[in-house]
Amino acid sequence: MDRRIVKIEARDINFFYGSRQALSSVSIEIYKNQVTAIIGPSGCGKSTFIRLLNRMNELVPNTSLKGAILLEEEDIFDPSVDPVEIRRRIGMVFQKPNPFPKSIFENVSYGLKINGITDGNFIEKKVGESLKKAALWDEVKDRIHENALKLSGGQQQRLCIARCLAVEPEVLLFDEPCASLDPISTSKIEELILELKKYYTIVIVTHNMQQAARVSDYTAFFLLGELIEFGKTQDIFTAPKDKRTEDYITGRFG
Amino acid sequence: MAKLKEKAYRWIFTVLAFSSLIFLVGIIIVLFKEGLPVFKEVKPADFIFGKAWYPTFDPPEFGILPLILASFWVTVGAMFVCVPLGVGSALYLNELAGHRQRAVLKPLVEILASIPSVVYGFFGMMMIAPFLQNLLHLPTGLCAFTASLTLGIMATPTVCSIAEDALSYVPKSFREASFAVGANRWQTLVNVVIPAAGSGISTAIILGMSRAIGETMTVLMVAGGAAVIPHSFFEPVRPMTSAIAAEMGEAPMGSAHYHSLFAIALVLFLITFVFNIVAELISRRFRIKLGLGG
Amino acid sequence: MKKHKVTQNIGFALLFLCMAVTLFFLGAIIYFITIRGIKVISWEFLTQVPRNGMTEGGVAPAILGTFYLTMGAILVSLPLGLACAIYLCEYSPKSALVNLIRMSINNLAGVPSVVFGLFGFAVFVKYMKFGVSILSGSLTLGILALPVIISASQEALTAVPQSLREASLALGASKWQTIKKIVLPTALPGILTGVILSIGRVAGETAPILFTAATFYTRHYPDSVFSEVMALPYHIYALMTEGTHPDKQAAIAYGCGLILLVLVLLISTIAIVIRQKQRVIHG
Repeated sequence: MDRRIVKIEARDINFFYGSRQALSSVSIEIYKNQVTAIIGPSGCGKSTFIRLLNRMNELVPNTSLKGAILLEEEDIFDPSVDPVEIRRRIGMVFQKPNPFPKSIFENVSYGLKINGITDGNFIEKKVGESLKKAALWDEVKDRIHENALKLSGGQQQRLCIARCLAVEPEVLLFDEPCASLDPISTSKIEELILELKKYYTIVIVTHNMQQAARVSDYTAFFLLGELIEFGKTQDIFTAPKDKRTEDYITGRFG
Repeated sequence: MAKLKEKAYRWIFTVLAFSSLIFLVGIIIVLFKEGLPVFKEVKPADFIFGKAWYPTFDPPEFGILPLILASFWVTVGAMFVCVPLGVGSALYLNELAGHRQRAVLKPLVEILASIPSVVYGFFGMMMIAPFLQNLLHLPTGLCAFTASLTLGIMATPTVCSIAEDALSYVPKSFREASFAVGANRWQTLVNVVIPAAGSGISTAIILGMSRAIGETMTVLMVAGGAAVIPHSFFEPVRPMTSAIAAEMGEAPMGSAHYHSLFAIALVLFLITFVFNIVAELISRRFRIKLGLGG
Repeated sequence: MKKHKVTQNIGFALLFLCMAVTLFFLGAIIYFITIRGIKVISWEFLTQVPRNGMTEGGVAPAILGTFYLTMGAILVSLPLGLACAIYLCEYSPKSALVNLIRMSINNLAGVPSVVFGLFGFAVFVKYMKFGVSILSGSLTLGILALPVIISASQEALTAVPQSLREASLALGASKWQTIKKIVLPTALPGILTGVILSIGRVAGETAPILFTAATFYTRHYPDSVFSEVMALPYHIYALMTEGTHPDKQAAIAYGCGLILLVLVLLISTIAIVIRQKQRVIHG
């Protein structure tokens, strides 16, 4: 368990919306094939941070960044790096399920097609595999050409996961993936995350501490744009070193 | 390669986005270039304030005051029709009509807006003019009054739609606050809702005016066409737009008459331009006031 | 307290009256034109060329002319307008330049239609020497329709949820791929509504084609984009103000009015239905 390989490293990240500082001096290592949870009260910068990891922050105008994020030792913000390439290697699942208003099949095959894959057999095989990995195949295999918007919220979210898996990313980012789901769908997604970590490196933002405790190997606690504490999930939840972490996980503020 | 394609698309869209600006500037240039030569024949002040429009006489007279006044008379007259009808209908739609009623009435108002102006002109000519002529024993039904009425009907849906939009932006909390202090619905409407939507409603009225003053076919068909300074609403008049439309076909290319029609269009353009700018300024302030962003 | 109630009732009655009068005029226009127009509508009227100095025969060349002019105008304004809307919604950084573009769109929308006619006459008919033709008329009408297309497309593009764009970009799609495969297909019904609305608007416009495309009387169908054409709205005007047989011509004008009215009402009803369906889907 101690042969940890660093997959992503953030070095001294400072991030600004206009003149407001959203993250200050955040440094953290994300380990390969582990689940890292990011917790903290709303507005602490956890969503901002996870969106930096695949350069989604660039869609918001008027922001600025200092520091570096290394994906296998390569700075993803280096001017020579294409954000499109980074986003292919790092998939993202959003708070609210956001399937395209197209069929289930088209949703999952979308990423393959935009990458120029035209082989129909390969696409079909890949769509099936991805849906199986996302534990959705059995529920939708008979209606794969129906509009994805007809699925339930939980199914839609698993579809969005399958859509990510189809392009074979190395890292999966989950930005509060269960925020809009019922408890049963939530537990399905959590089981799925535990299964997926065999193949992928996973980062999950959540405001639900039980969820962090259930699914993650490592936990990072953010407060007011700062990384307060980072360590093994077990340690963070049983023996936090920082007073503020203890206050948060025991529900004294949040 | 892929990056180059992305850049190419960005460039194409950026360039094409300027088409509106180019056309607007093009219109302004054409109006100045073709309109200004008339001032070799007639001084600008005599053009605007001249009381006689005899462009084909020898010697010709190019005074467009009768045309300007006709445009204003007809437009003001139309306002008396379309402001009460348009704003009243908007209030009815917003305040009194139920969900279902509104689902039917709003499309109907939009349909009224989509009827071509030549059909309004035709309707005014065949229905309203003879009706008024008989009713009021006029020498002719084709006069400023008929033109005002027809134009007013035509501008009503424009005023109604924009005013209704403005009313729908008034936050519910304003109404609730008024009900909470014991005001009834009418008092709330008059004292809270209308003032809150006030500048939005003014925008609607100004845009309605702008539409009425620039309208061509309706006035060309029903205003009667006499280029004299109007003395009564029941006399025929010739607004600027109808002078342009009616005379362009006959004015020899490059003649003073030809240039004078472009100069009229320039005056018309400037008037509507000012209306539109004022409407935009007011509506921007309205949106900021209600916290809707610029 | 009672007095307030009375004031309220009177006020509400007045508002109802306003709505009723507005609808009355709509009803009156449709009623009169239908009643009188239906008498002259026949298969012959729709398919024959005019005869006997515009007093007999049909108006087929005018229907065809209006069709050509409208299609031509859309061919001009759709690519330009859509591109402009895509730039404003998807690419543009907020800047003074963008404000200038927005302002010019608003102002172009407010330019009187007869001024477009003069512009088309000076630029397309005379300067570019296209003559009085379908081409000149279509270009003029296309510019007139531009603001309608732009604002409808903009509205449709803005209504596409940001989350769909993010999902696509997060999968490694480029900006243009995202626009082409996700944003435009999702916005399509809205854009279509805009196109249909502007077809309705363009088909009924008269002043812009007075000096750029229209002719009162031709027995021939147009054979190229440089032909001058008859057009329904212009034909109504011409029948009422020119010619020598006012009575017979008025009957034909009612027929043309009815065709034009049905055309425009049909078009705007389709647009309204599409939009309402769209609202149901998106909530």
